Amino acid sequence: MDVVQLQRQLVDYKASLYNEAILDEQFTQLQELQDENNPDFVVEVVSLFFEDSERLLNELTKALEQQNIDFKRVDAHVHQLKGSSSSIGAQRVQKVCIAFRNCCEEQNVQGCLICLQQVKNEYSLVKTKLETMFKLEQQILAAGGSIPV
Amino acid sequence: MGLKFQQSHHHSVAVKVNEQMGTKRGYTVIQSKRAWLPKFLLLWVIFVAIISIRWYKSMDDENKVRREEVLSSMCDQRARMLQDQFSVSVNHVHALAILVSTFHYLKNPSAIDQETFAEYTARTSFERPLLSGVAYAERVVHSEREKFERQHGWTIKTMEREPSPIRDEYAPVIFSQETVSYIESLDMMSGEEDRENILRARATGKAVLTSPFRLLGSHHLGVVLTFPVYKSKLPPKPTVEERIEATAGYLGGAFDVESLVENLLGQLDGNQAILVNVYDITNSSDHLIMYGLENQDGDMALLHVSKLDFGDPFRKHQMTCRYHQKAPTSWSALTTAFLFFVIGLLVGYILFTAANHIVKVEDDFHKMQELKVKAEAADVAKSQFLATVSHEIRTPMNGILGMLALLLDTDLSSTQRDYAQTAQVCGKALIALINEVLDRAKIEAGKLELEAVPFDLRSILDDVLSLFSEKSRNKGVEGDPGRFRQIITNLVGNSVKFTERGHIFVKVHLAESTKPAVDAKAETCLNGGSEEGVLKPGARQFKTLSGYEAADERNSWDSFKHLVADEESRYDASINMTVADETSENVTLMVSVEDTGIGIPLIAQDRVFMPFMQADSSTSRNYGGTGIGLSITKCLVELMGGHISFISRPQVGSTFSFTAVFGRCKKTSFTDTKKSKAEELPSNFRGLKAVVVDGKPVRAAVTKYHLKRLGILVEVASSVKIAASSSGKNGSSHGSKMQPDIILVEKDSWLSGEDGGLSLWMLDWKQNGHVFKLPKMILLATNITNAELEKAKAAGFADTTIMKPMRASMVAACLQQVLGTGKKRQPGNMLNGSSVLRSLLCGKKILVVDDNMVNRRVAAGALKKFGAAVECADSGKAALKLLQLPHSFDACFMDIQMPEMDGFEATRRIRMMESQANEQMNGCVEEGSARKGEWHVPILAMTADVIHATYDKCLKCGMDGYVSKPFEEENLYQAVAKFFQAKPISDL
Repeated sequence: MDVVQLQRQLVDYKASLYNEAILDEQFTQLQELQDENNPDFVVEVVSLFFEDSERLLNELTKALEQQNIDFKRVDAHVHQLKGSSSSIGAQRVQKVCIAFRNCCEEQNVQGCLICLQQVKNEYSLVKTKLETMFKLEQQILAAGGSIPV
Repeated sequence: MGLKFQQSHHHSVAVKVNEQMGTKRGYTVIQSKRAWLPKFLLLWVIFVAIISIRWYKSMDDENKVRREEVLSSMCDQRARMLQDQFSVSVNHVHALAILVSTFHYLKNPSAIDQETFAEYTARTSFERPLLSGVAYAERVVHSEREKFERQHGWTIKTMEREPSPIRDEYAPVIFSQETVSYIESLDMMSGEEDRENILRARATGKAVLTSPFRLLGSHHLGVVLTFPVYKSKLPPKPTVEERIEATAGYLGGAFDVESLVENLLGQLDGNQAILVNVYDITNSSDHLIMYGLENQDGDMALLHVSKLDFGDPFRKHQMTCRYHQKAPTSWSALTTAFLFFVIGLLVGYILFTAANHIVKVEDDFHKMQELKVKAEAADVAKSQFLATVSHEIRTPMNGILGMLALLLDTDLSSTQRDYAQTAQVCGKALIALINEVLDRAKIEAGKLELEAVPFDLRSILDDVLSLFSEKSRNKGVEGDPGRFRQIITNLVGNSVKFTERGHIFVKVHLAESTKPAVDAKAETCLNGGSEEGVLKPGARQFKTLSGYEAADERNSWDSFKHLVADEESRYDASINMTVADETSENVTLMVSVEDTGIGIPLIAQDRVFMPFMQADSSTSRNYGGTGIGLSITKCLVELMGGHISFISRPQVGSTFSFTAVFGRCKKTSFTDTKKSKAEELPSNFRGLKAVVVDGKPVRAAVTKYHLKRLGILVEVASSVKIAASSSGKNGSSHGSKMQPDIILVEKDSWLSGEDGGLSLWMLDWKQNGHVFKLPKMILLATNITNAELEKAKAAGFADTTIMKPMRASMVAACLQQVLGTGKKRQPGNMLNGSSVLRSLLCGKKILVVDDNMVNRRVAAGALKKFGAAVECADSGKAALKLLQLPHSFDACFMDIQMPEMDGFEATRRIRMMESQANEQMNGCVEEGSARKGEWHVPILAMTADVIHATYDKCLKCGMDGYVSKPFEEENLYQAVAKFFQAKPISDL
């Protein structure tokens, strides 16, 4: 494929991510932090996020399967997840986390389970989207082009 | 994380509210006994009633006792008198008896006959007032009866006046007082009473009394007194028989007891009040009445009995007294008691109502308190809401600002750049505004504290407006620049909002200067020249900036002209000028903002400083705004120790003026300020010459001033023609002396003069051989249409138009573009903050503590971008380990919410560790006291929370500041600059 076309595709794709409110301005800032000294910064942080989130989601799933749910623990996990997601700008995940924490506070088991499902959905969505984006970027780089800002 | 924090904050507020409710529930004694109040009242009434009844009784008893005493004394007195008079009479009768004995029996023949007796007794009757009469009866035994009857010539008769039947003895009356002459010849022994009396008298030899009976003649109750008369002297102790034997006769007198007592009582006081009875009580079972009526009414309750002794031991008498009337009701006692009762009742009632009132007031108080707590809770909720909203607004705003920053990095025309910059400034202002709204709450809570840092007054005003006096600039002032700027922004913002035409005029001068002349020298005038509408021809011109009338005439153009003239003459010298009173500690600045807007309606003028109060509801509809600005402004001005006031005339305009007290900063920082200012403005325009063409002198003066600040020599011409002619003249005679490099033409002047003169002028120059360097022509305008711009370009103006209001940096940028001097883009300037940040952070070793690895990585990345060496810790404990002394970290960024040990706790421990180490060290060194705390690693909290309360908490546990997460350049710079600047000072 043509590099320019790829670049345009990437720009459009990014814009769609912002438009669908999957990512927010924080992600832009994250990208700004990436420079020659730190060329893989975004990928690095995002994969950290994936790693961390998957761990947390597993923990959450386990915690919510218990007979007596330790809401404090659940809350702490959700808090972590919220922090990470807001740091990379995954705002939809972040928003569900807020609702999740409210459910925790109310000790609403049903709500928590629903939220967990939503978080998982949002997480997998943002993960797919980001992975697609990185793939596009790699394609551009492989084609010898530069990543448009 | 931010949200979590907010929530917990909220929760703690709720708890506090509950506690408040709990503690305020303390009721007073009255409150707790409220149900008992009516019962208390009833008890009290009963108590008072009992007391008053008792009182009444005691007074009544006293009265009764007195009454009794009076009665008994009266009765005794009467009895005594009666007795005395009686005994006097008895003595007289006794004397009579002796008289009879002496002259009738011891003389022979008798010296007394009836006539003598009657006469004597009549003449001595005054001696016996009690006796109706006296008579003497001779003892006649039956054997001597005939002889006696013969001797006297009458027969002895019985009481019934019949000839007496035969008896053993007779006692016919032989002598009698005239008053009782009817009893002469009557046998006294024939009456039962008299006979008994006679027998008793002769047996005892004493005066004896009969029981009371109706006297003959008067029919009054009376008694008869009988004395025995003996013929011969009796032996010393005579027996009864001897006495009877010796008896010659009997002297008797009738006591008219009734008239006697009547007389007696008549002589005494209080006769009417009492009833007196006299009884013969010889027979104790049957009292015989001697005086008074038997069955009398009268006060039967009170009776006094006095003994009477009439000298007859056989008979007993007594006097009884009682009041005529029953004891009168004691009105005084009754009224006194009743009044007491009434007073007691009233007192009880008053206490009752008072208690009720207290109860009611307390109820109301509690209700109010609850309402207050609710209101406060609502207020807290409001603040929370504002904080949340502002937090939510921040995120998209950051996006906007980021985009603008990106936009500014691209290649833009100066106009586009200006627009983008303006948009960025506005966005920042919006975020500032959100913080200001939060400030308002903080001011209300009295928690706002002002900074005291040296600042440059001019640069602040420059941001808001554009020009400042050299003089004021030189006066180093110390205060809170952000807040000062906020005040002016608010006032000018309002002015701009409400002004459709005319001008906005900001003036700053020293309030401490006394004389107006001096005042004017220190004054600074600025021309915002917001929207200078086209003046209607023929409209009245006022001597103000725009020619429109202003509300406060003191700010007239006269003083401004004075100032401008002054400025001109003093401009060069002013740099070295110092103000005379530089020694004083404080500087009071007086700032006034004048506009020619719609003014404030008179009725609304007294509430303009109240929050959320606009002149009327249509104001916010037409002009927008929340109405919070002026109230914040007022609070801030007061915090700065000043006052704010305004003069406003509807449809004319308003002039707000305020004073603010600032500290004077030290020389060192003062020169620093100066230096930095010098750096700020590019110096590559020095020595250039310019002509300003403007019909309005004030506006021209302002333009001139801006250019002067850039070091450009300026001439002013009121029209193009004048400019052309003067420069033409100059050009021809003095050649290079007044060859302008730039010609700045005000749009109005250009339009009015049309380009006729202008093109002529250009032509003139060309002809005069100045072709080698044509002056650049720049248009000055407040607003300009595209058509006008095209036209201007056609007329030979440069592409760039200088838009008003002017600011020195903007003018410089435009000139650079026009003249082609300097770089077109100055990234260094643009990214000033970021480069400074880089210089601050470069090479610094910084510890980032966050339990969230993504966050940690992002923060580290951001700091690394500015050249810092970053190390990470994933918990408070790990941070503590890394910060064990000695360490080489220059600063620490700490997440607040972490499991196990949160940021606050970790900071506390770090500080503890440091203070221990410092103590040890100070203990060893023990010298310069200025060296306080060798170890103090700056700790900055990382939080997404924008609430100021968080900041307070951060400071409380020993942190040095906080940065909002995610990092923002300016915010980071502010936080970092504070302690990286402070460090060298403490090392001095």
